[in-house]
This record gives sequence, C-alpha cells and structure tokens, in this order.
Amino acid sequence: MTEYRHSAAAIRALVRDDAVHRDVYLNPELFDLEMQRLWRSAWTYVGHDSQVPNVGDFYTVEIARQPLLMLRGSDGAVRVLLNRCAHKGAKIVGAPSGNCGKLLRCSYHGWIYALDGSLRTVPLKSGYAGTRFSESESARGLTPAVDVAVYRGFVFVRLSREGVSFEQYFGDSLSSIDNLADRSPVGRLEVAGPPLRFMHNSNWKMFVENLNDTMHPMVAHESSAGTARDLWRAQPPDAPKPMVVEQFLPFVSNYEFFDKMGVKTYDNGHSYTGVNFSIHSNYSVIPEYAAQMEAAYGAERARAILGESRHNTVYYPNLTVKGAIQTIRVVRPVAVDRTLIESFTLRLVGAPPALLERSATYNRLINAPTSVVGHDDLYCYRAIQEGLAADGNEWVSLQRNYSDREKEAGLAGIHNGTSEVSMRGQFRAWVAGMATGETARTGGLGESSGVRGACE
Amino acid sequence: MRVIHAEVDDGTLIAFVYHEARLIDEKRFDEWYELYADDGRYWMPLARGQGEGAAHTSLFDEDKLLLKIRIERLRNPGSYSQAHPSWCQHILQAPGVESRDAQKGTAVLRTPFMYLEYQQDRQEVYAGVAWHHLRHAGGKILIVSKKIELLNCEAALPSMQLFP
Repeated sequence: MTEYRHSAAAIRALVRDDAVHRDVYLNPELFDLEMQRLWRSAWTYVGHDSQVPNVGDFYTVEIARQPLLMLRGSDGAVRVLLNRCAHKGAKIVGAPSGNCGKLLRCSYHGWIYALDGSLRTVPLKSGYAGTRFSESESARGLTPAVDVAVYRGFVFVRLSREGVSFEQYFGDSLSSIDNLADRSPVGRLEVAGPPLRFMHNSNWKMFVENLNDTMHPMVAHESSAGTARDLWRAQPPDAPKPMVVEQFLPFVSNYEFFDKMGVKTYDNGHSYTGVNFSIHSNYSVIPEYAAQMEAAYGAERARAILGESRHNTVYYPNLTVKGAIQTIRVVRPVAVDRTLIESFTLRLVGAPPALLERSATYNRLINAPTSVVGHDDLYCYRAIQEGLAADGNEWVSLQRNYSDREKEAGLAGIHNGTSEVSMRGQFRAWVAGMATGETARTGGLGESSGVRGACE
Repeated sequence: MRVIHAEVDDGTLIAFVYHEARLIDEKRFDEWYELYADDGRYWMPLARGQGEGAAHTSLFDEDKLLLKIRIERLRNPGSYSQAHPSWCQHILQAPGVESRDAQKGTAVLRTPFMYLEYQQDRQEVYAGVAWHHLRHAGGKILIVSKKIELLNCEAALPSMQLFP
C-alpha cells in the first residue's frame, strides 16, 4: 500500500485533470488525512444560529473528529469552542443540545467556565498554589475554534491555522445562502425540528459528488419517481396534482432538461446546478406568500428572489443547500466507507405554513432513511464502494465535457448542466487541501503546513 | 344513531392487527393496501412525542397514493436497492384495545412490537409501539391511521425499505 502521509506527490498522483484514483474512496489512511488536513483547513458548517436562540443555548457536533460546542454567550454572540474540559479532557457538555445556564460546569471535577470558554473557578484552588498551573494550557480554559463566521445565520468554522478567510473560501457561492434566506419575507430562517439522519455505508465524497450529478436521476430514480409518474397518468386530467407528485415528477425529466439546467462552479470545490431553472421551478404558486414577498421586497426584487430555483449548492466539503425548497444536508464522515447525512428542514420566518409543509414533505420524500429516492442513491454508492475493488481499472472517470482549456482557464464559470465539471472542481480542492505532507509536523490542529485555497 | 359497536368484538380488532403485520411480512402488499381507508395514513414520527401537525418532518407520512407508489416500486425491476430483496418480520406483543367509540364505530389499539428487516447478510432490529386507529362498519375494518412510535426514531438509521 502506498504511504500517503509523507508524500504530497503520491497524493497529487491520485487526481488527474479528468479522473481520480479509486484510493480516494477506499483508502483509510487517506480518510484520516482528509479529516486532519482537508476538513480542518476548509470552512465547514457547524449549525444554524436559530438552534441556539437564547443565552446559554448550546448545540454539540463533531467535525473532522473534533468535538465542538456551538454556544450563545452572555453577550449574545455565537461561539464555537472545542468541547473538552481544560483539566482532564472530558467533554464539557454531553447532551446534543440544550441550555447550560450562565456557566459551564464539568461533570467530573466541577471546573467552571464562563460562556466565552474562559476558566472561572476550580474547586479547592489552593491545591494549585506553587504549581505552574496559571501559565499552563489548563488555565486558558476551553479552546476556541481557530476561526468562526456567521453568515445569514449559518455558522461555519475553520479548525486549522492553515487555510484562507471565510470570504475568500466561499466567494460568490454565498449567493445561494442569500437566496435561501431572502425567501423569508423578513430575511430570516429557523431550523424546524430535528434532522433526518440517514447512515450511508459509503464514502462521503460519493454523496457530495452526486448532488450535482444530473446524469443519474432518470436512471436511478425511474423506479420511484417514474412509478409516481405512471400512477399519476392514470388519473383524470382535471384531478388536482398532489404535492408529492409535483415533487417526484421532475426527477424523471429527460437529459435535455438537466443539461439546459446549467451548472455553476466556483474555486475551492463549490458549485450549484440549476443556473437557469431546476426540478424546483414549477411548483404551484402560493398566492399569500407571493403577496408577502412583494410587500417585503417590491415586485421586481421579489420576482428575482423567487425566480432563482437552484437545485443543489455544494459548499465543499460538508454543507449542501437547496434554497428553492429550504432544506440543507450536512455531510458527516464517520469512516472511509461510512457517512452520516443529516437533513434539516428550514422554516422561512414570516412565510405561510404551506411553505414549511412543502419543505418537510420534500425532505421526507427524498432525504429520509425511508426514502424510495434515497434507497436507490445509496444502492449506487454502495455498488461503487464494492465495485471499485475490481482490479484492471483503478480510475474513476470524470471526463464528461472535459476540455484541456480547463487547465489554463480554470473551472470557475457556467457550464452545461450534465457536465462533470463540478466533480473535477471538487477534486482540485481536494488535492489543494490534501497534498501538504512534505513537511509533516505535529501540534495544534494544523497537522501539517501547506497552502490551500489557491486552486492550482 | 345506530350503534355498530356490537358488530365487531375486541378479539376481532386484535386479530385484525395481527393480520395486518402478517400481510406485510408475507409481502401481500395489495391485500395490505386494501386494509387502509381512502383517507388512511401510515405515519412514523421523527421525534419522541411528536404531535399531529408538528411543524417538522416525519420518517413516514404516507397517504394511500404514497403507499401505492412504494408498493408498485417494490415490484419494479428497476428498483436497484432491491437487487437483494428485503424481508421483514414483525413480532407483536398482544395488542390492547385502548378505546372504542360506539357511535362512530372507531377503535384505538396499542401494540408494542419488534420489527426486523433483513437484506444481504444484514439484519436490523427495531422496536416500538404501533397505534392503530380503526374504523369498522358493515363488518369491515379499515385503518384510518397507523402511527408507529419507533424506539430509536432520532437515531442515525440505515435504509429502511419495508414497513414496520
């Protein structure tokens, strides 16, 4: 087996301009390095500030194997701290979410912290007299994430000192989050209830790639969306179209539809399909909502906001956003062949309940572990996970609509919707975040040095 | 108003709940589908204590159209996720008649259960409580709502492809 940790060259050799080596999906050492390098130097999504509305509210999550605590402080600010007591390392908060009051207290020896993570008191403090306690790591309290950004309520972190600023990392791709939030007449979103949690026994990148893969729905989803279409055909022509039929039918649109949809790619692995229209474009109008939007934004701006119907936006590597239907999916890699997908329904604050019903229905139909769409997607990922063991061809093709021009001109821009350019963009970002192993060192969260963000 | 309570005794309602589980386990889905009233609902909440009309999503919330789509899809040779067919087994604790309304001809039964779903060398074990809201008239019993409270409803779940 190749040793990747100390060889940036070996990592770079896994990604060609138009193909990737199977090891990126199969090799456990590469998975470890993804968590240590790519995922920590990237900006990753932690949660939404509506999950911690009040002082002392917290939400815990693990990203890149780091236990994190998102917490609303006494000053109203949302912080992200490493969920680890400064004493012996116990998680300072065990519950998935809740309210901790005005202070955080460790369950083991009762060390107490303020909501900004600073150490407030230690029981029987006289025991530390004459020791080097006050100069040590322990006295510094809970470690904050290296960098935090809150954008339209979406809380992101960077866990490594390597990496670029939030604005530089996401650039104009943030317009998809803007469009999602703008769909609320008051510009605010709220997480509505717990997420659907669907465990995939496949590599995380298969899921992320699939979101802007427009060549699979008419094949993989023929059995589900196609069945809905066939059953619908038997109805009389004047029968009202149920919401679930409205949501299923576009999945079995033809190749021309998905090609003309368009895909827009950005630096650092981000992309969205549905530049011109999408599977969400033809949902029935909710007149009360349309009127609210017009009152809030004016006719022209309201039309522009609702006229966007982006399909999936990938915020590489761990967040995918569906603005037009107000759902987000968060990617949580567990092992090289195991990935948890958490799908959240968002409520457009101020909008009629029918919007939330539509989002909740879509999320269940498509993203639940009970989803007939999800079952066939997961089958395909699993088929890849097992099929890639085959010797004789170690490469996965990403050649659709590739041109050598991409080498000089880069990938950012608008392309035909069935191009595999978004996946090529993801692997450029992958190499930039991974091929940093020449000067491996330890200490801190930055496992190794390297430059990222510049898509070479 | 005509009292129809006497048409169906408790034992018949309890036998109906066992029969419903057996039809699923034996994949007699057309017969199973016919057990549901036209306005019937097959519902599995996502959260513990999730009420009717909660402002968030569920694991299942199927009307008859969605049940029909699932049943037809399972027969479709293009259902790739069934390349290795799934099979399931319900193990029911004795259903209890929680309440009956003689005027309306309705009844509510509570049934703790274990549910096993098997596919390709993997067997998942679930448990929970099923609530059958039944309506009976003319000797025929129909499911108005089957609510399934899954013990691990908030857990990360693998594909659940059949029907607890």
